[in-house]
Amino acid sequence: MSKDPQQWVAKHVASLPKSGIRDFFELVAQMKGQDVISLGVGEPDFVTPWHIREAAIFALEKGKTYYTSNLGLLELRQEISSYIAKHFSVSYRPDDQVLVTVGVSEALDLAFRAFCNPGDKVMFHQPCYVSYSPSIALVHGEAIAVPTYAKDNFALTVEALEAAWEPGCKILMLNLPCNPTGGTCSREQLEKIANFAREKDLLVFSDEIYSELTFEGVHTSIASLPGMAERTVLLHGFSKAFAMTGWRIGYACGPAVLIEAMMKVHQYSMMCAAIIAQEAALEALRHGEESVVRMREEYHRRRDLIVRRFNEMGLTCHSPRGSFYAFPSIASTGLSSEEFAANLLKSEKVAVVPGTAFGENGRGHVRACFATGYEDLIEACDRIQRFVEGLK
Amino acid sequence: MNPVLNLLIDGGSLTQAQMAQVAGLSEAEVNQHLEQLKKDKIFLGWRPVLDLSRAAAAAATVRAVIEVRITPERGGGFNHLADRISRFDEVETCHLMSGSYDLLVFVKGSSLQNVARFVSEKLSTMEGVLSTATHFQLRCYKDHGVMLEQQDSSNERLEVAP
Repeated sequence: MSKDPQQWVAKHVASLPKSGIRDFFELVAQMKGQDVISLGVGEPDFVTPWHIREAAIFALEKGKTYYTSNLGLLELRQEISSYIAKHFSVSYRPDDQVLVTVGVSEALDLAFRAFCNPGDKVMFHQPCYVSYSPSIALVHGEAIAVPTYAKDNFALTVEALEAAWEPGCKILMLNLPCNPTGGTCSREQLEKIANFAREKDLLVFSDEIYSELTFEGVHTSIASLPGMAERTVLLHGFSKAFAMTGWRIGYACGPAVLIEAMMKVHQYSMMCAAIIAQEAALEALRHGEESVVRMREEYHRRRDLIVRRFNEMGLTCHSPRGSFYAFPSIASTGLSSEEFAANLLKSEKVAVVPGTAFGENGRGHVRACFATGYEDLIEACDRIQRFVEGLK
Repeated sequence: MNPVLNLLIDGGSLTQAQMAQVAGLSEAEVNQHLEQLKKDKIFLGWRPVLDLSRAAAAAATVRAVIEVRITPERGGGFNHLADRISRFDEVETCHLMSGSYDLLVFVKGSSLQNVARFVSEKLSTMEGVLSTATHFQLRCYKDHGVMLEQQDSSNERLEVAP
């Protein structure tokens, strides 16, 4: 007699919660063809700059269709090393301190698998990207969520870290600028966090995928602070800054011993990142900076627009210093995040993501992505305003 | 820098109402900036980007690019003759170039014959014009930064993504 197929699913996978994003995705998908403006996306509205796409086509024409070194093309690692030295003020040897991965997502998975023993505790700030907590669960680690607050513009504070810390904490996961809040830390705040990490002997994973989209001041990488490079795995990629989400290309930089450990997992599970994506990434680093600056300026203007509109309509919204997400409070409407998002979608056909999809601490907020053209952005703001006024 | 000028340089595809929203100004302020730019002779006018190969727009317009070699005049250089050539209605654009010819002239006419007549009767007979080489446009792929066919599709993004 056959049993329920569910029995075959590993226990820790079966107990993973379904992503709140996915529920909402279904809801939006049901309304396809109904003039929905989606601010629910998590990627640039720009397509990859043509010179990058063209370089990939050229690589294909030249017959670049084979495996690369497990670490990734040496030329690409050299470019990554120079890029990181120039923009992040940390130097990594291309030979053994840089690993090219299938997006930051793979790099993050490798890091958890390489460094987290069952039962190890991982601290991460929340609201945060949806995959942190599940990734920790998949390696049988214990997730310790550290709240960030609107009053701090969603910067991670050392006070919150100290309050959440408990014996057994081994890893600190950072994502600054942060998806979904756009929160970042000032250099001073980051120095305090670095002190805390050294004091508690924590290994730091720093996902800096939105660093190029820092609108005010300069992005500071925690790896560049004294004594931190040796305990930090820097995770970065091409998706956001170079509008290359679909290419799935990223990288990890860190001490040679740590990169070697991640490489072991990578070589058995992935072998290498797709060569075409690596070739495109090479072109992006060599000639793509102008496009990055142009896109950042565009996002900057859109941010100013959407943040101003949210505040004008009574949805308190801090100005995110980085990323392309606004994270307004919807508390004044009296609705929950889910109700707000669902009702807004139903009545005004604008999709935003409930803040709770990014963890408990996102309660009372929604995420609105402003990587959308002005026409839609302005129309979406008008509709949200109408919705909010209709609630009064 | 004038905030409206910034938006115009970056594409100029926004309406005044949209510019107001983007720049955080009132529409009246945007119009004031536009007026100032007009006064300063920076902003000279709007023009549409049209795909004239479409049936509805195919008003039988023929376009050509003409390389013109001219003799510079003492005292006036190339400017005097360039100015005279530019004044013809047929001339849409006129640039002074470095290289093997002097002026690059973009012209349009209602038929091939009309453009040919303009070149043979007006342009090449002007005093100071040494030679012309006329190239007729067969097809336009990109105009003023706009791809006419084969636009990138970014509307296939997932509606909701983490």
